[in-house]
Formats: sequence, C-alpha cells, structure tokens
Amino acid sequence: MLTLHSVHRDAIVATCIRALPNEGCGLLLGTSDGTVTDVLASPNVADSAKLYEIDSRILLRAHRQSEAEGSSVLGVFHSHTHSQAFPSPTDVAQAPDPSWHYVLVSLRESPSTIRSFLIVDGEITEEEVTS
Amino acid sequence: MTALVRIPTVLRPAMGGDTSVTVEGSTVGEILDHLTAEHPAVKGQLLNSDGTLHRFLNVYVNDDDVRYLGGVDAPVTNGDEITLLPAVAGGTL
Repeated sequence: MLTLHSVHRDAIVATCIRALPNEGCGLLLGTSDGTVTDVLASPNVADSAKLYEIDSRILLRAHRQSEAEGSSVLGVFHSHTHSQAFPSPTDVAQAPDPSWHYVLVSLRESPSTIRSFLIVDGEITEEEVTS
Repeated sequence: MTALVRIPTVLRPAMGGDTSVTVEGSTVGEILDHLTAEHPAVKGQLLNSDGTLHRFLNVYVNDDDVRYLGGVDAPVTNGDEITLLPAVAGGTL
C-alpha cells in the first residue's frame, strides 16, 4: 500500500502537467511503511513524450537526502500522456528495484488518474493508493 | 589510490551484501575492473563488452556524474567516494 497525501499527489500531477507534451517524472521519498513524505521532481532527460529518464543529479540528491533524514527512496513516478496508468513493457524491463513503488499518472483523462504498482521479476502487482 | 565504492541495494545480493567496499584504482575504469574481477556476476550490469559504462548505470565520483568527467577515464584520488546507482527510466514505448 502507498500512502500519498494530497500535497504530494498534487505535486506529482503538477510535475507531469508541466512536462507536457513530454512525460513527467520524479522520485518519491518516504518511510518504509510506504508513506510518501517528499516528492522530488526531475527533468525528463529523455526529453520525450514516450520515454522518461530521471536526471542523474536528482537521483543522487534523493539518495543523499534520504540518508541524511533517515527516510528511503520509495520509488518513482512518471506520466503516460495518452495511455492508461499501467506499466508498459519498457517500464517493466527497466524497473531497477523490486522494493520500489512505481507510480503511474495518466493524463489521458481529466481528472488525471494515479495508480501504484510493484514490479518484481517482471511481474506487475497493483497496490492500493490511500491518502 | 583507494576509494570507497557505495553499492546500490539491487546489486548487493550479487556482491556479498556489503553496502560499501574499498577498492583500489586511479580511474573509474580501474575501480570497476577491480570490482568486477571480484564479483564477475555483476559485470554485465556495470560495463559494456567494450569496457564503456553501461547505459543504465549512473556512476558518481563524490557529487559528480562521471559522464561529465570522462566516463571510465574519470580520475579517482585517494579517499574519493564512488556511488553506483542504476538509472531510473522507462516509458510508454
């Protein structure tokens, strides 16, 4: 289960809308029970409407910040601009960490939808997102 | 030169479980060569067959991404901290 308070949900959606027409992305920091405590927006260095890549400097900052404050890098969010909020084969193939929460935002409809998934050995499991 | 290499969570099971290891080398390439000689199972996740950095691995010397420092030729000085982090990427394609 991922706990996402409205301030963090709004930050995720705002990041994704600002990135249009490209995919938006960023990292989630939080506690080991899956509660998000901070959202680090990242430039999409893939500069693409169909691909995303987190800026390596944001990735390092997330790890350093989590160590300093005793939190964890919980996962990553990114948007699908014209498709559903479900991991694509590319998302699954490149999912680096089986402990991470992979948050997908679909901007296809309004309001946007947010869903969260665990991806372990290529297997996708949706989890509940609570506020 | 001796550097402290910080191992990302996803590589620890294949590298003995340590969060960091001390490795000798005067460039990032030498450090990674020594590391993969010790732990050959992760070589394909760190380096391409031609010895360049794997596309989906970020390597930092202290706070700097080595892509901007010459890649595997980036110099390492005594006491530097090398951080390895898998790139985070994906998309709808």
